[in-house]
Amino acid sequence: MNLLVVLPVLVPLSAAALGLLAWPRPRLQRAIGVVGSLGLLVTGVALLQRTWSGAVLHSTLGGWSAPFGITLRIDLLGALMITLAGLMGAAAAVTALRSIDRRREELGFHPLLQGLLLGVSGAFSTGDMFNLYVWFEVMLISSFALLSLGASRAQLLGGARYVVLNLLSSLLFLTALGFLYGMARSLDMADLAVRLPALQSEHPQLVLAASGLLFVSFLLKAGVFPLYFWLPPSYPTAPTAVAAVFAGLLTKVGVYALIRVHGSVMPSSPLLFEVALVLGALTMVLGVLGAVAQMDLRRILSFHILSQIGYMVVAFGLLVSEEPAVRRLGVAAAILYITHHIIVKTNLFLVGGLVRELGGSFDLARLGGLRGRTPWLAALFAVPALSLAGIPPLSGFWAKLAVLEAAVAAGRPVIVAVAAGAGLLTLLSMLKIWNQAFWREAPGELAADAGAGSEDRAGRWALVVPVVVLALCTLAIGFYAEPFVAAAGRAADVLLTVPSMAMEVGR
Amino acid sequence: MTLALAVCIAVLVGAGSYLLMGRNLPRLLFGIVLLGHAANLVIFTLGGGARAGAPIVPEGSDRLAAGHADPVSQALVLTAIVIGFAMLAFCAVLFERVQKATGDLDVDALRPGDEEGDGS
Repeated sequence: MNLLVVLPVLVPLSAAALGLLAWPRPRLQRAIGVVGSLGLLVTGVALLQRTWSGAVLHSTLGGWSAPFGITLRIDLLGALMITLAGLMGAAAAVTALRSIDRRREELGFHPLLQGLLLGVSGAFSTGDMFNLYVWFEVMLISSFALLSLGASRAQLLGGARYVVLNLLSSLLFLTALGFLYGMARSLDMADLAVRLPALQSEHPQLVLAASGLLFVSFLLKAGVFPLYFWLPPSYPTAPTAVAAVFAGLLTKVGVYALIRVHGSVMPSSPLLFEVALVLGALTMVLGVLGAVAQMDLRRILSFHILSQIGYMVVAFGLLVSEEPAVRRLGVAAAILYITHHIIVKTNLFLVGGLVRELGGSFDLARLGGLRGRTPWLAALFAVPALSLAGIPPLSGFWAKLAVLEAAVAAGRPVIVAVAAGAGLLTLLSMLKIWNQAFWREAPGELAADAGAGSEDRAGRWALVVPVVVLALCTLAIGFYAEPFVAAAGRAADVLLTVPSMAMEVGR
Repeated sequence: MTLALAVCIAVLVGAGSYLLMGRNLPRLLFGIVLLGHAANLVIFTLGGGARAGAPIVPEGSDRLAAGHADPVSQALVLTAIVIGFAMLAFCAVLFERVQKATGDLDVDALRPGDEEGDGS
């Protein structure tokens, strides 16, 4: 059994278990949390190194050969996502050293964070549909718990809405799995990819029903209009470290599932891809319009998540095209965008935490003057904010350019116009935050707990280091974009063409 | 038998969807529970659960008798039931805390309003 393939699941699982065993000792829990996340990051890098040229690692668990057993299958896309999950987990764990209050730690914050990372990495490394469902549930229950930990009124209310809608999404997924299993007698992704086209001619309605149910389920998880209304009320209520990891990872797991399942497992359905294009474009616009209307920093960022998801879904929807080159461009653009956005979004939420720490509030009306008082924070905000808006030479520019290029190649001028317009509005929104919180003079009534007593400075490095590291990543992707763009292209190639080959290897 | 199961699934989905659109949080929870049962029954039925034979190798033979039910789909359903039960338990406690926080169990109480977390 190939150990490396199992590590993405084994590392967070062990960290969660050890964290639970270390329950009465918060310092040990914190250490385990940070080490576990870094371990996941290292695993991801090792996997990247193995899959960088396009190889696919797999391992069948329990000795059952494919397609009867559960296969773990990690290709370049999976390795990339696992690495990002480890990086975001590490950023959250380090931030949580300082930002999470004692009560939440006592309630088991660190093991829950590892549980979340477990669900996420499991989803990225599995090759079986039902296993994907199980990892989604692990991720979901951990996120429910993380969100409602501490049980303030706002968190309970936001959390309840989030819980109900995501449960509904899981049920749709489960029903679709029932259809698929009934037809194909197996839920292995590569097996389905090979056999579904033939099954589609026998039972076209069943395949379409399963495909549609999966589609809706993933759209709900990803946060696409009109299924995204659970996101803006819930993400802003979470503590900084939790919101950062949610914003970076959770919706992207939905997008990953969309790309993986509808891009390589289910037979192509032009109807679904067309719907994805339309809904993605609507999400782009409506998300950013929602953001422009807000005055709370975290609410603005939450709406921006929706808008950026729109870009990824549009790039995925370009699979509607008949030409393989365009399809490849679309998927590659989506992968590049996911990579860029995970880093930038987590970074922005962590910067938001720093703004609250130093400026005293998340409310833009009460903030001000941070450029003068803390110019380094202004710089740390500028990097991810300008990247989100797509300003060259930062990572967002290359990601947006890739999406626009793919849309042009597919002959979709409306999509190009909408994407460019949404980008402008994103820039406007980021400038508003800059103006209100950093540029202008502080308003008369500065929030009471602004600034720093010397005892507050003590653990502040834990808030700053992750932000700096993530900003450096964004700068790296921006200035040395070529390897990342090429990798995204290779990942798209592997995703779109490998399934038929994998079956021969597996058998 | 399959037809009876199909009718059962239809009734569960109908009732579950109706409850899901209700105003009362516990009703909403029951709606999710019923929809979960429906999803499990779909897997069970389409996996050939309606067949009479148990998936056990008979004495003296080395393969299953014909007409047996598919054990894999039953295993899938078991997993789904367990996961659903854990979710149900969590939701029940969550809704109870919501009731303590807002004083009633109306779905409108979940409206975001001006609450913000403390961001810690």
